[in-house]
Amino acid sequence: MDLTYTPEEQEFRARLREWLGKVLPALPPKPSPDDWPARRAYDLGWQRMLYDAGYAHVHWDASPTVRLIFLEETEKAGAPYVGAGFVGLLHAGPTIAAEGTAEQRARWLPPILRGEEAWCQGFSEPDAGSDLAALRTRARRDGDDYVVSGSKIWTSHAEVADWCELLVRTDPSAAKHRGITWLAMPMDAPGITVRPLRTLAGSAEFAEVFLDEVRIPVANRVGDEDDGWRVTMVTLSFERGTAFVGEVVACRRVLRELAAEARKNGRWDDPVLRRGLGRLNAEFRALWRLTQWNVSEAESGVPGVGGSVFKLRYSQARQELYDTAADVLGTDSLDLDRPWVVDRLSSLSYTIAAGTSQIQRNIVAERILGLPKGR
Amino acid sequence: MKFQLTEDQRALREGVRQLLARRFDGAALRAAVNAPGLDRALWRALGEAGFFALRLPEAHGGVGLGLPESVLAFEEAGRALLPGPLIATYLAAGEVAGAADGQVVVAAVDGSGLVEWLAEADVVRGDAAGAVPLRSVDPLTPLHRVGGGGAAVDPVAALLTAAEQLGTAGRVCELAVQHARTREQFGQPIGAFQAVKHLCAGMLVRAEVARAAVYAAAVTADRADIAAARLLSDEAAVRGARDCLQVHGGMGFTWESEVHLHLKRAWVRARRGGVSTESEEILAADLLA
Repeated sequence: MDLTYTPEEQEFRARLREWLGKVLPALPPKPSPDDWPARRAYDLGWQRMLYDAGYAHVHWDASPTVRLIFLEETEKAGAPYVGAGFVGLLHAGPTIAAEGTAEQRARWLPPILRGEEAWCQGFSEPDAGSDLAALRTRARRDGDDYVVSGSKIWTSHAEVADWCELLVRTDPSAAKHRGITWLAMPMDAPGITVRPLRTLAGSAEFAEVFLDEVRIPVANRVGDEDDGWRVTMVTLSFERGTAFVGEVVACRRVLRELAAEARKNGRWDDPVLRRGLGRLNAEFRALWRLTQWNVSEAESGVPGVGGSVFKLRYSQARQELYDTAADVLGTDSLDLDRPWVVDRLSSLSYTIAAGTSQIQRNIVAERILGLPKGR
Repeated sequence: MKFQLTEDQRALREGVRQLLARRFDGAALRAAVNAPGLDRALWRALGEAGFFALRLPEAHGGVGLGLPESVLAFEEAGRALLPGPLIATYLAAGEVAGAADGQVVVAAVDGSGLVEWLAEADVVRGDAAGAVPLRSVDPLTPLHRVGGGGAAVDPVAALLTAAEQLGTAGRVCELAVQHARTREQFGQPIGAFQAVKHLCAGMLVRAEVARAAVYAAAVTADRADIAAARLLSDEAAVRGARDCLQVHGGMGFTWESEVHLHLKRAWVRARRGGVSTESEEILAADLLA
């Protein structure tokens, strides 16, 4: 049990911190959350700065510990979030790196790293959410193209993405996990309609994407036809314990801000509220240690099963954090212009997105505890 | 950063587990419940194995290891429901003659105002004058009440209590899963039902979150880390034992089942000095520091 970092890792941290201290004050102000083109430009501009400074590759070929340090330090320094670069850097890119041909890697990877192209994810469908493999968007072969029709949902950054990593059904007669194919779809292809979806927080964070006879070259297929499920699983296991590093760091900062606010407005004297904040301190300290545990496990090459355990507890803790924020704010928690109020609304997605808590409990029970599958 | 256990730490954990499996198995546990009393031979065997002297420097006849190793040993003791004033004797090693090698049994007045195993102790630390026995809820932990309450909470004692609770949290999850895999109703193992599955998943999540907190606190020995470890492991043990009882159905409510012993011990430990409200206050104050 050792929580110290190697001299090389400490040096990486020091150099990164120094660089962040230099470049962050010169960044332009954050764009409005409703201005998608400006958001894209801002997020990809940050990626370009990382590229020029030699940090663009961190997500891809650095060790889990270096990734942890990178995410911890950038969050602590208040650096921009990966944002519109997310799917390219953390899902589509790693998939192409692992499963693509040399030609495909050369075409798609450099623009992702340089912050020139943004990707979105076309996985979920109206009738294929938790049961993703039930997806029905159909692709039929026509010469050198696939012709794709169907609809996708919960697609973040769809309006401003250049590419979409798309899962389609190529063999409707096969068992549902077979017969799926992974395609890179150019978002300017004819037949694509993007309809933004407004979330309960009021913002358009994602969209529905309708596909009507969209032609996608066969050359854009990554992996074999009908092998897309396996290709996708490579993507989904990529983050290996570091997926929520920045968020845990951010939650710990919010918690301190909440304590300071409660102290200021007098609610700190309410022992129930105060102890609730103390309990959240325990939660997020433990979640940080669990992150270190999972990263350390990934480092030693042991396939980690801690992801679902972590996500279950983290998503719940994050919601409790913002519910407690509402208690700190009192009636101000009903004012959308107060800090944390919109964050509270956003936190409601955490027990749903990327695998609901109910699905995560099934995963923990079946894959970790070995309980029998059932209904 | 190698947070995982080292080879030596794994070996130590395995060694303690085997020692306890040999010297305090299921039959011994049932015998202890039916005829309460401290097994002095087992106490000496623990002493010979270095259980109480883990952190005592080798120059003083100890094992010369640290808090992480101590936490692993106490986690195993917690798993096995090992009876006796383990923490008081461990803390007395090097200060009370005979404690380190298990020749004497040391009890201590706890911050809660309770003393565990007072009547069996050779040495009592703290002022136990006028101690009155109570009918302990845990058949394996005799308790005395002392007027006024005891000393301030020793952080190491709080950490070792957390380690024992972690042992319980892990063990009750295993027991629940074993039962859910074998007990059949409606033509299938009850563990195939999501309602049961989700109880078991919740037990594992609480145990694993507590584990990260307890092991980290053993490394840092930081006061707030220890408070977090204690808070989360108390909850993982008590709620885990409750859920384990629920998964066992009617059998869980019987005296014959082992489940109630885990719940009762978890309750006793959770009342030791450094209870959840105290930990929460430490952690709240830390947010303003």
